[in-house]
Amino acid sequence: MIRESMIMKIHYATALGSVALVVIHVLFRLTQNFHDSLKFDNVITNYSLLPYSILLELILILISIHGFNGLRVILLELNQGQKYETIITYGCLASMIALITYGSRTILMTSMGMI
Amino acid sequence: MNKQHNNRIGIKAWLNPWRYGIERFAYWLMRITGVGLLVYFIMHIYETSSILDGKEIWNKMLDLTQTPEGHLILVLVIGMSTFHTINGIRIMLGHGGIGVGKASRPDYPYAPKSQNMKNKLCIYASIGLAALAMLYSVEVMFGE
Amino acid sequence: MAAIKIHEENDQNVKSIAADIKPKNKILFKITKFNPHVDTHMKYVDYDVEYEHWNTVLDALLMIKHKVDPSLALRYSCRQASCGSCGMMINDKPSLACFTKINELGSDVVKIEPMSNFPILRDLAVDFTQMFNTHKKLKPYIIRSDSEISQSNEIKEFSQDPDSVEKYIQFANCIKCGLCNSACPTMATDSSFMGPQALTQAYRYVSDDRDKGKNTRLKIIDERHGIWRCHFAGSCSKVCPKGVDPAMGIQFLRSYLLGFRD
Ligand code: HEM
Ligand code: SF4
Ligand code: FES
Repeated sequence: MIRESMIMKIHYATALGSVALVVIHVLFRLTQNFHDSLKFDNVITNYSLLPYSILLELILILISIHGFNGLRVILLELNQGQKYETIITYGCLASMIALITYGSRTILMTSMGMI
Repeated sequence: MNKQHNNRIGIKAWLNPWRYGIERFAYWLMRITGVGLLVYFIMHIYETSSILDGKEIWNKMLDLTQTPEGHLILVLVIGMSTFHTINGIRIMLGHGGIGVGKASRPDYPYAPKSQNMKNKLCIYASIGLAALAMLYSVEVMFGE
Repeated sequence: MAAIKIHEENDQNVKSIAADIKPKNKILFKITKFNPHVDTHMKYVDYDVEYEHWNTVLDALLMIKHKVDPSLALRYSCRQASCGSCGMMINDKPSLACFTKINELGSDVVKIEPMSNFPILRDLAVDFTQMFNTHKKLKPYIIRSDSEISQSNEIKEFSQDPDSVEKYIQFANCIKCGLCNSACPTMATDSSFMGPQALTQAYRYVSDDRDKGKNTRLKIIDERHGIWRCHFAGSCSKVCPKGVDPAMGIQFLRSYLLGFRD
């Protein structure tokens, strides 16, 4: 079993990593006019930039790990019991993987122009 | 052992942030904003994945989300992430033993040194900056 | 409340002191009565109390016990914030009854309840078994292979300079009253959490330079319901009556695990 200190170090590392990335992501909304930045063609253009897609993928992975581990922490503190804790641990892990998979599919297909 | 006998406060202790000072309030906000951001994050991925279904569906989604209500949610999200980020950095430093004071022989009336001005100011700053970020985002999204 | 009678006739000096003493104050005590073996619900019983400005909450409770309701269950011993027995919720705040003056509360009603987050034995007496067990689990003693006491008559001493003492003396002030555990938000829902009392005592020994048990203790606290369930909300430090500042000790302890110190 992975040690709790390792999980929490990952929690902090993913938090720190996302700070910089999210700032860049939000700035992308502000470099252009906010409303224009969301126009379909502009978004597609953004996606065709490889660094932008990589940025999105990194944000997706980091924040999914951080967010679902945060949820796990809250739920483990809310209630205890072997069965409950196993469900929470694997439930959060599964949700995290599902979200990363779902988001990656969008990023990958869009950046490869498969729309 | 029934609940009464056990006498744990339970979830009520989480829901009442007004006791034990600003640090407890920050703990409460940190939780709320963490969960709020996670919910938004999931919705955001769902929302943006509509791009796979082509321009028409994407525009339909924009019609749904780029509304005054949708913008209000975004303003909230910006406030939440500003607070969560700045307070998160304070907490990480604290967890690393930085800025929590120095151990010494306690003296009456025993003001706890871990609850110091640096931490309090940082909490106020993260709330203040969250408010500023929200004002700015109102300007960006509702302006003109 | 039984007050000392001052004989004004005899002594001018005493008379002037007596003039300073305000007339008896009256206050309402609302006290939880609950016997888990008999009752299904807690109930509050009201008691009118007359008190002098120097009286503590414990004084009032003992007066009630002696004069009005002998069945009132509470625990106390030292009456001077040293034994850690008399923790209870006083107007919703975990406090020592012997260390809380009635008139410092600044209220017309004093609500007295058993300390939260602990099982109730009866009325105001709560069960410390889990807290003490966790405390023991974290090895609250100096760990090292040699000893000051040896078979031969040679005298040995683990000396320390004042600076070394300064590092842990604050945490050694803990009287195991449990107020911190009662205020802690994690403790309120997490029945397996080690709690601020025990974690701080782990740091008390880790920070003692005579001790060699750091790694042993770090291993014990690094688990699912160990130190990581502390979120630095600081409520423990707010209520600690001895200036231990558990929140500080816990963060210092955690900084070893995060690699900020070794
Ligand atoms: C980008 C900057 C961020 C930083 C610096 C950050 C930092 C932190 C830290 C230090 C904690 C631990 C708090 C504690 O132990 O009490 C935490 C908890 C949490 N974070 Fe973040 N976070 C960030 C972004 C996010 C985002 C975007 C989400 C949403 C997906 C999120 C969701 C959570 C959740 C759910 C928790 C658990 C709440 C708690 O335990 O109080 N965080 N965050
Ligand atoms: S740390 Fe303070 S509040 Fe906690 S048990 Fe020790 S003396 Fe009591
Ligand atoms: S009676 Fe000993 S601490 Fe209050």
